Amino acid sequence: MNRIDLLEMEQMKKNIPPFKVGDTVKVNVKIVEGDKQRIQAYQGVVIGRQGGGIRESFTVRKISNGIGVERVFPLHSPNIETIDVMTRGHVRRAKLYYLRNLRGKAARIREKKYVAGA
Amino acid sequence: MKKGIIGKKLGMTQIFQEDGTSVPVTVVQAGPCVVVQKKTVETDGYSAVQLGFGESDSLKAIKPVLGHSTRSGKGVFKFLREFKIAGASELGIGDTLSVNQFTAGEFIDVTGTSIGKGFQGVIKRHNFRGGRATHGSRFHRAPGSIAASATPAHVFKNKKMPGQMGNARVTVQRLQIVRIEEENNLMLIKGAIPGHKNNIVLIKNSVKA
Repeated sequence: MNRIDLLEMEQMKKNIPPFKVGDTVKVNVKIVEGDKQRIQAYQGVVIGRQGGGIRESFTVRKISNGIGVERVFPLHSPNIETIDVMTRGHVRRAKLYYLRNLRGKAARIREKKYVAGA
Repeated sequence: MKKGIIGKKLGMTQIFQEDGTSVPVTVVQAGPCVVVQKKTVETDGYSAVQLGFGESDSLKAIKPVLGHSTRSGKGVFKFLREFKIAGASELGIGDTLSVNQFTAGEFIDVTGTSIGKGFQGVIKRHNFRGGRATHGSRFHRAPGSIAASATPAHVFKNKKMPGQMGNARVTVQRLQIVRIEEENNLMLIKGAIPGHKNNIVLIKNSVKA
């Protein structure tokens, strides 16, 4: 293994729950206001995971007050306190960009009936 | 305080800072370098040291190189470079310079050979705009007019034209050291440095400090 992989491994989190595209997750994000720090939850559907190693990131989409919001989180960011997996979705795509064109009932994702290892 | 070391570019990655911002870094294996030769004011007119970096096979070395390198008593080196470093006169032949002469947060200049792009046109080489692709423009990626007719009646020196791009000695100034890993001889430099992976780079403290 080369030096760069080792350097990245030092920084990578080991306790990330396994989650896939289509899953609904709650991301607990650290927010610093002045000298105070608090946790804000952001819940939505994972519509893609990009990159590998320390650079890996994922996109979470939710509908907030009728407006679609997407946030990209670096998977290994120290600003992410925890990631909670709420539901496992059954999807047949690696990137769920088609959800951007769908609203309401049509934008639902079927839940997985059998989760491997559960 | 002048410092210098020879390094090998290992590649790029990113590291997270405590506040969550990610910093792009280049990982360089810097040193350890051995003093192979000393230049002194008496014999050479200036004071400097020649550093050796990277072990080489002594069986493959030609005799003059072998003789020159063995004076340090630390084997044969792939790369020999001269540095005008502070305190060069106090160093002895065979002394080792390691990455710990630098500290995190310090600014450095990095010299290396840029990635060769071959013979390139003016659009890639000098960021010319080029012409319209369609509607019969008949002018696409050419440089256009290079000079006027009667006056000045010649092409000015240094006119930007097609030619070899890259594969040249380049120095990037004022790069910050993010981290030093002494046990692995690693230096993490913020931002990019010239050249490919496994290229040799010369690291000095910044002239612009």
